[in-house]
Amino acid sequence: MRRFFILVMTILITFTFIGCGNKKLTLNVYNWGDYIDEDIIEGFEKEYDIKVNYETYATNEDMYVKLKNGGTQYDIIFPSEYMIEKMVKDNILESIDKAKLKNYSNIGSDYLGGAYDTQNEYSIPYFWGTVGILYNKKLVSDPVDSWNILWNEKYKGQILMLDSQRDSLMVALKKLGYSMNSRDPKELEDAKQALLQQKPLVMAYVVDNGKDIMVSGEAAFMVTWSGDAVALMKENKDLEYAIPKEGSNLWFDAMAIPKGTKYPNEAHLFIDYMLRAEVAKANAEYVGYSTPNKAAFELLDAETKNSEVAYPNINELGKMEVFQDPGSFIEDYNRVWTEIKAK
Amino acid sequence: MFKKLSGTPYMLWSIIFIIVPLFLVVFYAVSTKDGDLTFGNFKRFADPIFISVTVRSIYIALLATVVCLVLGYPLAYGITSVSPKYEKLLVILLVLPMWMNFLLRTYAWQSLLGRNGMISSLLKLVGLGRVELLFNEGTVLLGMVYNFLPFMVLPIYTVLKKIDTKIIEAAEDLGANKITVFMKIVLPLSVPGIISGITMTFMPAVSTFVIPALLGGGKYTLIGNLIEQQFLLVGNWNFGSALSVILMLIVLISAAILYRYDKQEERVNI
Repeated sequence: MRRFFILVMTILITFTFIGCGNKKLTLNVYNWGDYIDEDIIEGFEKEYDIKVNYETYATNEDMYVKLKNGGTQYDIIFPSEYMIEKMVKDNILESIDKAKLKNYSNIGSDYLGGAYDTQNEYSIPYFWGTVGILYNKKLVSDPVDSWNILWNEKYKGQILMLDSQRDSLMVALKKLGYSMNSRDPKELEDAKQALLQQKPLVMAYVVDNGKDIMVSGEAAFMVTWSGDAVALMKENKDLEYAIPKEGSNLWFDAMAIPKGTKYPNEAHLFIDYMLRAEVAKANAEYVGYSTPNKAAFELLDAETKNSEVAYPNINELGKMEVFQDPGSFIEDYNRVWTEIKAK
Repeated sequence: MFKKLSGTPYMLWSIIFIIVPLFLVVFYAVSTKDGDLTFGNFKRFADPIFISVTVRSIYIALLATVVCLVLGYPLAYGITSVSPKYEKLLVILLVLPMWMNFLLRTYAWQSLLGRNGMISSLLKLVGLGRVELLFNEGTVLLGMVYNFLPFMVLPIYTVLKKIDTKIIEAAEDLGANKITVFMKIVLPLSVPGIISGITMTFMPAVSTFVIPALLGGGKYTLIGNLIEQQFLLVGNWNFGSALSVILMLIVLISAAILYRYDKQEERVNI
């Protein structure tokens, strides 16, 4: 038994040392699925001789849970605004030294200083966009200008809702004329009733698996993000995107550095690299979302620049709201969403 | 000495990757976020919503198991009665889909059953009009039966295969007709296969979360989905663990019932 133990330990120790021998600095980058042009990462690896370990998540909540409970130390993450707010409150983000970012000035001023991080002390804008209704012109005869159309009996079984709690509750809260950041239990209860009432009309709750259904023309409506809408409209010419008049969600995703990183300098290098005009342009073309990078925007082709879906005038989007961290009230959001899904 | 040693890696493996995690799950289930002991997580489960999700999960898993048995038994029986040349081929055909990724196979049903999919188009051609095939209880059931049928057929087939043909010949010599032979000899002797078939179908069916998510369109929540939601989305590992413990209990109880039944059968046979 002892000899066996010694053997195992020897093997383990040997492997540990072999691991050290060819060590190259590795940055752990944790991003949304399909949300970067992976060629760009390769370019970064070559230029700086740094290895990038790239992993993905599906929602902000996934990322937060993994960061808090998982064992991996990530060096770069891409949270959305309300998640940044929460993470700053939790004190788990490293502050960013803008002096190290030569390309910081490429970012348009409209996209800096959001309420979630007024001084951009912890986050550097990555992409932005809206949430709206993607619909199929051939299947919809009524004008699409209000969330109410998603409650219209006529379209029973043709409506795709998002399987994402804040987004779906946003739709219901906005339809009822409330704020999407409501902390009023009564308003939330109303939203829950509205979504329960809508449930028989809903074809499915989807995230990425709804894209195929829309492209093949099997559903009339899908609540979705503007960047996905742009990509899907290219695949099926009958699709259109509308932002309801009651207002909708305006969102920002940003790059941030979690506390505890061993390589703050390299993480800054990575962010600065992502802010380069050509890199940000290539990335925007691949991902399809709207870039806050002014210099990159100038390099885009005219069709994209003039697209009202991808680049609406951010100052004309009157009733848009940005998500805020609801603090401990998130428990109520969790409960309500669980109840809607379980019913 | 060697015999003793050869078991050690397996023991270590099970302790590190099975026993310890199991205790962790139980510990999470009976504690709060701050680590205080509580039964609150189980009390929360008593909510009618969660009870109804559990009942629904057990109900649809049972239904899938019964359908698998009804379809699987004749299939297994049929495979044993063809000539050996085709027998091998049939078994390979049965297992063949399992070589493909489970997610991919399930996802494929989404386009097959879709409104403009192959099956809907065929039905339209025959003049049956538009039928909603996707995203309902029936679709989830179909997904379960499709994915778990081999788990029912294979154990039954193995047991049927091992039945001594001499016993059947003896029964026939004594004047039993085909039906009597089947009812008195083949069926009782194949019970162990049926039991393990039921276990191997029911357990994955009651805990699945991928099939309802993909084919139920997220409208049809089962206990597996609740657990996934608590762990990945909400980040409430304590309530998620409590749900997992409850699911484990369901599986354990069903296994215990089947085990007892199995024992009784053996006695009858002797």
